[in-house]
This record gives sequence, C-alpha cells and structure tokens, in this order.
Amino acid sequence: MTVVERREIALVDLLDRLLAGGVVIKGDITLRIADVDLVRIDLNALISSVNAQVPSPFEESL
Amino acid sequence: MTGLRYVYAVCRPFGTPLQAQLTGVGGDPPRLLPHGDLVAVVSHVPEGDFGEEPLRARLEDLDWLTAVARAHQGVIDALTTVTTPLPLRLGTVFRDDSGVRTMLEARDEDFHRTLDRLEGRVEWGVKVFVEAEQPEQAPAAPAPKPASGRDYLRQRRQQTKSREDLWQQAEILATDLHRILSESAEDSRLHAPQNPALSGATGRNVLNAAYLVPRAKSEEFVERVDRTKDGIPGIRVELTGPWAAYSFAGEESAGKESA
Repeated sequence: MTVVERREIALVDLLDRLLAGGVVIKGDITLRIADVDLVRIDLNALISSVNAQVPSPFEESL
Repeated sequence: MTGLRYVYAVCRPFGTPLQAQLTGVGGDPPRLLPHGDLVAVVSHVPEGDFGEEPLRARLEDLDWLTAVARAHQGVIDALTTVTTPLPLRLGTVFRDDSGVRTMLEARDEDFHRTLDRLEGRVEWGVKVFVEAEQPEQAPAAPAPKPASGRDYLRQRRQQTKSREDLWQQAEILATDLHRILSESAEDSRLHAPQNPALSGATGRNVLNAAYLVPRAKSEEFVERVDRTKDGIPGIRVELTGPWAAYSFAGEESAGKESA
C-alpha cells in the first residue's frame, strides 16, 4: 500500500466538499442549489456526460 | 453596485486584510460585509450566470463549475490563513447586500455555535483505493497458455479468488483505518465513494472520509495515516488537506454520514 499526498487539489475532492459540505443556506433567490437533492441530480447529469465522453477504463473489467 | 451577491463564508471579524490580488468567482474580488459581530465574505456576480435558471444550466458545464469551485476554494483558502471561516455551500447567492444581512441576522445563533465548534480545527481527507489492475502479479515467465478448458477455468477461478481476497482486505483495511483515524479526530464524515470517471484516479474508491482535527494535532494525524504504509499490494491510501472544515460546517450530529 502506498500513501500519496497530492499537491494539486483534485476537482472531485473539491466538489465533495463544495457540493456536499458547507453550510446550506437558502439564498434570496433560493437557487435551490442549496437543496442537496437538486445538486445531486445536476451532478449526476454531469457525471453521466463525463462518462459518455471518457469511458471508464474499468467497465470491461468489472 | 449591480449584480447578485455570491457568499463564500461567514467569519468572525478579523484584523488582517485579504490579499489584494485575490479574485473570487467571476473575477470579482471578495469583499467583507460586516453585520453585527459576523462578517460575510461576498463577491458581486452577474445575474446572467447566477440567476436561478442560468445557474442550473451552468452547473452542467464542467469547465464553468471547475472555475467556480476553484475560485470559491481560493477565497476560503485565503480566509483560512487569517481566521477560521465557516464555508457555505457552492452557489449560495443573494439578490443584494440587504439579503445577506437578513440571512446573517436570522442564522446568527447557528453561526456562532458552529464557529465555536470549528475554531482552530481543519479537515483532512482520507481515501482508500483498490487498484484496478493488480500489478499483473507479474509472473516471471509469461503465463502458460491453458492446455485445456479445465486449466483455463482453474486459472480464471484463481484470478477471481485473488481479486475477491483483495476486496476483502481492502474492506477490512478501510474499516480499521476509519476506526483508528476517528479515534484521533473530533468528528468524521463519510462521503460517497468517488466516481473514477470524474476523479481520473485509478482503482476503485472504497473509503472517502473526512476528519475534523485540531490544527495543533494535525501532524500527529498525518503520521497516523502515514503509518498505514505497511503494505497490502494493490491498495492505495490518499491524504488530502488541510481543508477548511467544509464537511463539518453543517449542523448534523457527530458521525452522521453525508452519503
């Protein structure tokens, strides 16, 4: 096993925190972004679009 | 000033000015909006990007989301050097300053309680991966071609078995590691395992955890993670941080999973 410390912050680590963490506040406009479920839906769409462009290397082996 | 207000964080007042060249979301420098004994850190953002409808569409645009996320993180990072910020979720937007003030007032008690809880703490991220391909268990000689169907099946069974063993080892390791690290942390959260297509990381993510650790105990915590090095081949542990306490900014009770 190896322990790796990355220098540059990976986007995915950032999104874990910025989209699932942080204080949730309903803004004025209430973008409903604060709503975790909506963010998940958006992110799912995002992930599937990424999936389509960059096929996972593991699909064949799993 | 026109535009909407994008709020990064809520802090207690701090004496040190923010770095002059710091730019926030959309290139606008973050500004301090004090109200009572709290300060909101805000940028002015265009309604064309951050209004309800455009923002929803924008979130599907990975490049745009990346830029916003990095800018948000840049501001939180800068704040972390001068205070303990309470980070807000990405995309918290108000119509104007008075909307932000109203929010500060309404949540005043919560903010103070959470700021007290997080004061002097940072977050560390620990992930465990099972490598996608075993480093090919490098047979010295090329694997013999199966002489028969039975040989072939036996080889397949062995491969499957070693794969299952590795999964089991990974699960045990992840569980142990999480227990050990939780003991040296004040709080922990389990995030959903990361999608390899989005992370670009090799291997499957079996643990994606965050730990709340006092700054003063961070070195000790990192050493604990380092000590997991004694090895199971094919399993990788990654450490990220220190982060502002994003995963602990909510009001959930201790140990609640976010995933």
